[in-house]
Amino acid sequence: MDLHFGDSKPTDDERAAVDALLGPPESSWEGADRSDADLRWARGGREARDRRDLLLPGLHAINDRIGWISEGALDYLCRRLTVPPAEAYGVATFYAMFSVKPRPSTVLHVCTDLACAAAGASELCAGIEARLGLGSGVSVERSPCLGLCERAPAALAIKAGDPVRTAVSAPTTVHDAVLAASAPDSAPEEPPAAMAVPQAGSDDLVLLRRVGVVDPSSLDDYRAHGGYTALRRAFELGPAGVIREVTDSGLVGRGGAAFPTGRKWQATASQPDHPHYVVCNADESEPGTFKDRVLMEGDPYALVEAMTIAAYATGAHKGYLYLRGEYPRALTRLEHALAQARARGLLGEDVLGQGYAFDIEIRRGAGAYICGEETALFNSIEGYRGEPRSKPPFPVEKGLFGKPTVANNVETLVNVLPVLTMGAPAYAAIGTAKSTGPKLFCVSGSVARPGIYELPFGATLGELLELAGVRDGLRAVLLGGAAGGFVRPDELDIPLTFEGTREAGTTLGSGVVMAFDDTVPLPRLLLRIAEFFRDESCGQCVPCRVGTVRQEEALHRIVERTGAAASDDIALLREVGRAMRDASICGLGQTAWNAVESAIDRLGAYE
Amino acid sequence: MTVVPLGIPRRLLEFTLDGEPVRTTEGSTILDACRAAGKDIPTLCEGDTLRPKNACRVCVVEVEGSRTLVPACSRKAEAGMEVRTGTERARHSRKIVLELLASSVDLSTTPRVAGWIKEYEAKPDRFGPEAARLNEEPKIDNELYVRDYDKCILCYKCVDACGDQWQNSFAISVAGRGFDARIAVEHDAPLTDSACVYCGNCIEVCPTGALSFKSEFDMRAAGTWDESAQTETTTVCAYCGVGCNLTLHVQDNEIVKVTSPHDNPVTHGNLCIKGRFGYQHVQNRD
Repeated sequence: MDLHFGDSKPTDDERAAVDALLGPPESSWEGADRSDADLRWARGGREARDRRDLLLPGLHAINDRIGWISEGALDYLCRRLTVPPAEAYGVATFYAMFSVKPRPSTVLHVCTDLACAAAGASELCAGIEARLGLGSGVSVERSPCLGLCERAPAALAIKAGDPVRTAVSAPTTVHDAVLAASAPDSAPEEPPAAMAVPQAGSDDLVLLRRVGVVDPSSLDDYRAHGGYTALRRAFELGPAGVIREVTDSGLVGRGGAAFPTGRKWQATASQPDHPHYVVCNADESEPGTFKDRVLMEGDPYALVEAMTIAAYATGAHKGYLYLRGEYPRALTRLEHALAQARARGLLGEDVLGQGYAFDIEIRRGAGAYICGEETALFNSIEGYRGEPRSKPPFPVEKGLFGKPTVANNVETLVNVLPVLTMGAPAYAAIGTAKSTGPKLFCVSGSVARPGIYELPFGATLGELLELAGVRDGLRAVLLGGAAGGFVRPDELDIPLTFEGTREAGTTLGSGVVMAFDDTVPLPRLLLRIAEFFRDESCGQCVPCRVGTVRQEEALHRIVERTGAAASDDIALLREVGRAMRDASICGLGQTAWNAVESAIDRLGAYE
Repeated sequence: MTVVPLGIPRRLLEFTLDGEPVRTTEGSTILDACRAAGKDIPTLCEGDTLRPKNACRVCVVEVEGSRTLVPACSRKAEAGMEVRTGTERARHSRKIVLELLASSVDLSTTPRVAGWIKEYEAKPDRFGPEAARLNEEPKIDNELYVRDYDKCILCYKCVDACGDQWQNSFAISVAGRGFDARIAVEHDAPLTDSACVYCGNCIEVCPTGALSFKSEFDMRAAGTWDESAQTETTTVCAYCGVGCNLTLHVQDNEIVKVTSPHDNPVTHGNLCIKGRFGYQHVQNRD
């Protein structure tokens, strides 16, 4: 590799941002001034290339400090890591949170996704844009779901600097959003995570029992409330014993695909190739989903403990926590939790004095829904564009850095704690025979008490909506988010289990339950879903790259039409949708038509 | 004495292809087996000298037990597999893929695609006159080759050929995302400011004519490009001792472009700037 760099130089700030992450450059090869030593030997080639995975953190470092990524800054980062500038440019332009063009240091992301749209996001956006026009020093960007649906409409301000400042304003108004953007430091504190849990403090809770009860920053408090008993139990059982318990518990993945967790762990543990990795998928970006955020903000040590157990069971010594870039508070809480756990010997060379080494590194996403797809997530961590890989090979065989990897969603991992503390039989007794355990549901939209609800599998949709105080005039319920499907108000007896929703021809997905009343025009919602997929398609395969565009165009044409006037376009949508489902590489393209199809077939959206 | 490399002996495996038992060597793809059986599966992003990228999805087939269709170009054949290539489901996806491409990209110089569009009864016009297209202007920033990204189907072959699969120059990458994704050098700069070494190996693998010799581009613009009037002569490059094969495409006694045989065991169709573009002295008649 003979890298070619342009003449652009980084500013002092840009250089400092990169050096703060990577340390000062050791040789001119890496971007230092040429010294006598450099004339004698060349150093760093292979070692520098081995740090390719620091590309994304490096881009974050520049973007956090400056607000955008200039040619000089990108070139300097490339020099430091021996990455071809063209590739780094491809990576930087992949993520919505980065800009390679100059922009104001403050970016205000205003959510215009489903729950926020129903709560008046478009008027809000117009109002904010009128106040924060050119010259205001704030760039206003319409954003996909920010995962704050219980407090819709929501906005997130990010002000670049050293350190970067963030402020979440939700529910927001034009005034509050402008205030958050102009002075993130003095914006009012976010309400505690427990505010998103209407059941907080109830004795029936398993997964959420500590949220709102413990101080999320205190390791002692966590331990006083049963923390780290599951890990002790894991060390008693040994790796094979842990996997047996998890398998017997019937736990399946909660990220949407519902793959048996025990089988995944077993398959990873038995791979002869080493090292093994544990990856926690906390890139929660499915519109309407915010359960993982609440877990991480309200009970961060639970995730640290659960990842440690997963690693111990599968023979991994390194874990990556891929956290959504739009979750600043979860990031702070988790960073603090990791530091505390390290300081107390719960992570590091000798976890709990058991001679087992494990540590966790947080990697921030940068605004790409597709990175929630596990193989895209691996590429993202490795410093490549977050494009899904083709399977097989599956991650358990060739995952992160080409090594056996177990990738689990936050909620799935947190479920492992009760599996071990209660024992598999007691855990499996919760829920139904085929869907065991407790499940988190993200309820938002037209309900009196939006938030995260924990119910054993088997409760009906109606019971859940009752609990959340569904409002009158219910028109439709979206299950599973944008990749899920709509159901009618007369289908509230659908049992909320994997098999029950499948039987009803819909999906549980990641646990989104979004209620819409008849004030929200359905075609507008469908258009927003189509826009979302068009924006978030990575562009790798044709059915999804072009299909999502054609889907959006057709929905645009029929937004005000019904009956025969819409029938040609609906036929077109069906044909394109079928090919997207059948021929796309990954789940994004395969599910991009689900919600629209269900709205047409179940709700009669254009009749 | 001519030494014929036999390669490592490979086991044969048997699977069912459109109801017929077929045997293929372990490690070969469904596409390899289809071609050996004389079945014509359309392909665009597949390249004989590159690892399968399976991005275009025009080669999808049905495999028993698989929830979705699978790309024939990259999926390895497995013993006992049941593959069906001509089902309504597979043909539907191929048709839609062709329609999606033809409605957004200029496929006028893509070999064979017109035949497939006819065969699959694809109707790209049905997305209406407002359907979004790439709408890219040709990038003419050097004397050797033109990048006309209005014809780009984003197959990644040029990126792979420029990167670790062949040239290791890494001058280009996919930039942007989704429908706005484009092949670009860093900061969308002109090629002359990039790491490009003008080997032209990206032109060699481009399946749509998005990358072409400046000579070909100019002749097409002038309406003088006539492939039926061209001869192809394979010879040996005279520049250095490697001995790469060159195929000279000649029209009206002028070299109009240079390719290289992909089955050459040493170069696999790759050349350097001299072999690819340094032919002017041949026609210097002064």
